[in-house]
Amino acid sequence: MKPKYLPLTATLVIFLLGYVICVAQYPNMLSTRVIGNLLTDNAFLGIAAVGMTFVILSGGIDLSIGSVIAFTGVFLAVVLEHTSLHPLIAFALVLAIATLFGAAMGAVIHYLEMPAFIVTLAGMFLARGMAFVLSIDSIPIKHPFYATLKGLYFKLPGGGRITLIGGLMLLVFAAGILIAHRTRFGTNVYALGGGTATSRLMGVPVAATTIRIYALSGLLAGLSGIVFSLYTSAGYSLAAVGVELDAITAVVIGGTLLTGGSGFVAGTLVGILIQGLIQTYITFDGSLSSWWTKILIGLLLFAFILLQKGIILVSRHRQQRA
Amino acid sequence: MQTNDDILQAIRIEKTFPGTRALDKVDFHLRRGEVHALLGENGAGKSTLIKCLTGAYRRDGGAILLDDTEVDPRDTFEAQALGIGTVYQEVNLLPNLTVAENLFLGRQPRRFGMVDARAMNRRARDLLADYELDIDVTRDLASYSVAIQQVVAIARAVDLSGKVLILDEPTASLDAHEVAMLFRIIRRLKARGLGIVFVTHFLEQVYEISDRITVLRNGQLVGTRETASLDRRELIAMMIGRELAAEIHAPRAEAQQGPLRYRFRNYGRKGRVRPFDLDVRAGEVVGMAGLLGSGRTETAELLFGAHRADSGEAEIDGRAVDLASPRAAIRHRFGFCPEDRKTSGIVGDLSVRENIVLALQARRGWTRPISRAEQNRLADHYIRALDIRTADREKPIKLLSGGNQQKAILARWLATEPEFLILDEPTRGIDVGAHAEIVKLIEALREKGLSLIVVSSEIEELVAYSTRVIVLRDRAHVAELDGTRITADQIVEAIAATNERRTS
Repeated sequence: MKPKYLPLTATLVIFLLGYVICVAQYPNMLSTRVIGNLLTDNAFLGIAAVGMTFVILSGGIDLSIGSVIAFTGVFLAVVLEHTSLHPLIAFALVLAIATLFGAAMGAVIHYLEMPAFIVTLAGMFLARGMAFVLSIDSIPIKHPFYATLKGLYFKLPGGGRITLIGGLMLLVFAAGILIAHRTRFGTNVYALGGGTATSRLMGVPVAATTIRIYALSGLLAGLSGIVFSLYTSAGYSLAAVGVELDAITAVVIGGTLLTGGSGFVAGTLVGILIQGLIQTYITFDGSLSSWWTKILIGLLLFAFILLQKGIILVSRHRQQRA
Repeated sequence: MQTNDDILQAIRIEKTFPGTRALDKVDFHLRRGEVHALLGENGAGKSTLIKCLTGAYRRDGGAILLDDTEVDPRDTFEAQALGIGTVYQEVNLLPNLTVAENLFLGRQPRRFGMVDARAMNRRARDLLADYELDIDVTRDLASYSVAIQQVVAIARAVDLSGKVLILDEPTASLDAHEVAMLFRIIRRLKARGLGIVFVTHFLEQVYEISDRITVLRNGQLVGTRETASLDRRELIAMMIGRELAAEIHAPRAEAQQGPLRYRFRNYGRKGRVRPFDLDVRAGEVVGMAGLLGSGRTETAELLFGAHRADSGEAEIDGRAVDLASPRAAIRHRFGFCPEDRKTSGIVGDLSVRENIVLALQARRGWTRPISRAEQNRLADHYIRALDIRTADREKPIKLLSGGNQQKAILARWLATEPEFLILDEPTRGIDVGAHAEIVKLIEALREKGLSLIVVSSEIEELVAYSTRVIVLRDRAHVAELDGTRITADQIVEAIAATNERRTS
């Protein structure tokens, strides 16, 4: 097997193993209902994590995701409360804002040669601040269209349902996989992760690619915000704090190298599902504190960083002998 | 000189960097279907010339003609589109992409807007078949050896440009078998009518593959010759500086040599320099001569403990010492001015004063700071003693000229009052006037009773100050010259000799 598939395989094995252990203890977990909920509960995180995967593959980081999600939610709540705009128009509007916001960060990162960490950190405060400017209260969204959207689902055999937002996440993942592996843009993202200077020498349009990567991350954070507002039926400026870190965790557990250049969008989906699985297990158990989620995920994350380091060492060793 | 045969002509190319004239009206003509070796020591201007040709640098003057049409590439990408492709020693491909993706990055075949991976892989296999390579193009580039990566880089460059191929030290990290494979490919490309520029410092390879040779030195063209009619000794004489004026070639005061102080027996490190014996007396300057890559710098670094010796022992005044690290060497009063002062010598943003006291402070340890008054005294003393030209001692050192930076580094080590001083290329990249001053300084230090090791590619300079000259070739000490036998001719002769021959 090619070494680059190793982290992905490890993630998949851990997920399946974890699921088997869960089912062995609580046979009820083997139901389409649990799977459906897993998708629905993690939809917003998954969608944001797809954007994060592209950013990390290119060797960058985007810390503004959580704040953009919160901003999106507040924006929608405020717009739907105070104007008579149709939610679909509000969606389009907020997606445009989020995309532009991401593109602007990408432009700053590229043209001012600033580290992505600092630029998106500033973006994080900015977006969160903008959310507070719009409203400091949690505003419920009571638009009838929201109720309609929440009522849409695809029924699975066994009583489970794939809700609109769960299905949307799967669609986003499918699109992400296609973009990453079957477009020139996707290859350019990997190229940037392999080395910006070399990429430029090889003729990769570095500026356009960088801007598009962060624009894509912004767009998906906006979409994630819409999904989050559908999920919670509210907009609150203090919501989704730290979601960017959960997304990074999912990306790394999914086998993407934090230094960029190597990894798979599909891995991130498995990473999301592992996080969701741990949460579900703790819910089923009922007696465990939810802190255990954090502890387990922390350990997993650490294990994956070690695994990646090991793979890099092994492949370097092999190359030296070749 | 100008014939229609020339595919690429560079006429009176000039390039100046702050403090140095990197290229001084250099002419370079490349014919269709020839392999043209571009030679010169470090800092001779090879890389600068190549970077001007490929648009990586903007030249300050001169013209570039490709197929008799003037071209002005603004970046490597444009040069590539014009027909000039370059392959560097460090393979400039992306190790995390597949071989096929590397070959077709930016021009992947598409179907319905999506990359057609199957077509791309097929075309990649076809392309590489021309280069005797039958490999799995869907694997990551990183999983292949440097030699194969090099061939992939060549295939990409030729496929993209197709007129001129510049190979910048392509063989530096290849073994003999891989070099042979590379040369077969180069010959095949030559037969296709490409003009190939080949930069290397392996002279055997130059004679094996090249049709003509152009030599640069100190940013100037020394000459272009047919390889067949240029013998080795003449070539080396062209490459090595022999231009020092007679003024500093004053008759050496017959070395009043002091007692034997430093003894190295069977000293060496695998892969860097073969074990050698070396004795150094007080008041002696031992010159190290040899071409780039001969083991000169490696010897210097080994003596200073920058790399640990894995064989042999060192003695100072009859007592065995362990020179395991630069710190240990500094404790034994060693000093070392490295070759590349930009990256391993000066700390550019610090002032002249801070740069001068750096080594002394490091030796005393940070718990015993040198008082500001003492620092000022030291800095002023050496600025005066070495004639370092600076407006004042608080000026950031990066604003000084190369020669003055070099003197400041020398001052740094002199401040520690060393007894054994190693200078690696002390006159590299500084103007001729400053050369003479450095040479005088070396003389003065010797008279004070220091033991010095000086590595230099300027033969005349070595002749001027050395009491003994060690000649290195292929990472081994191959000859030692002393007394009246230290002449430029003898040194060139020793470097050029193909058989190992000891003249003790």
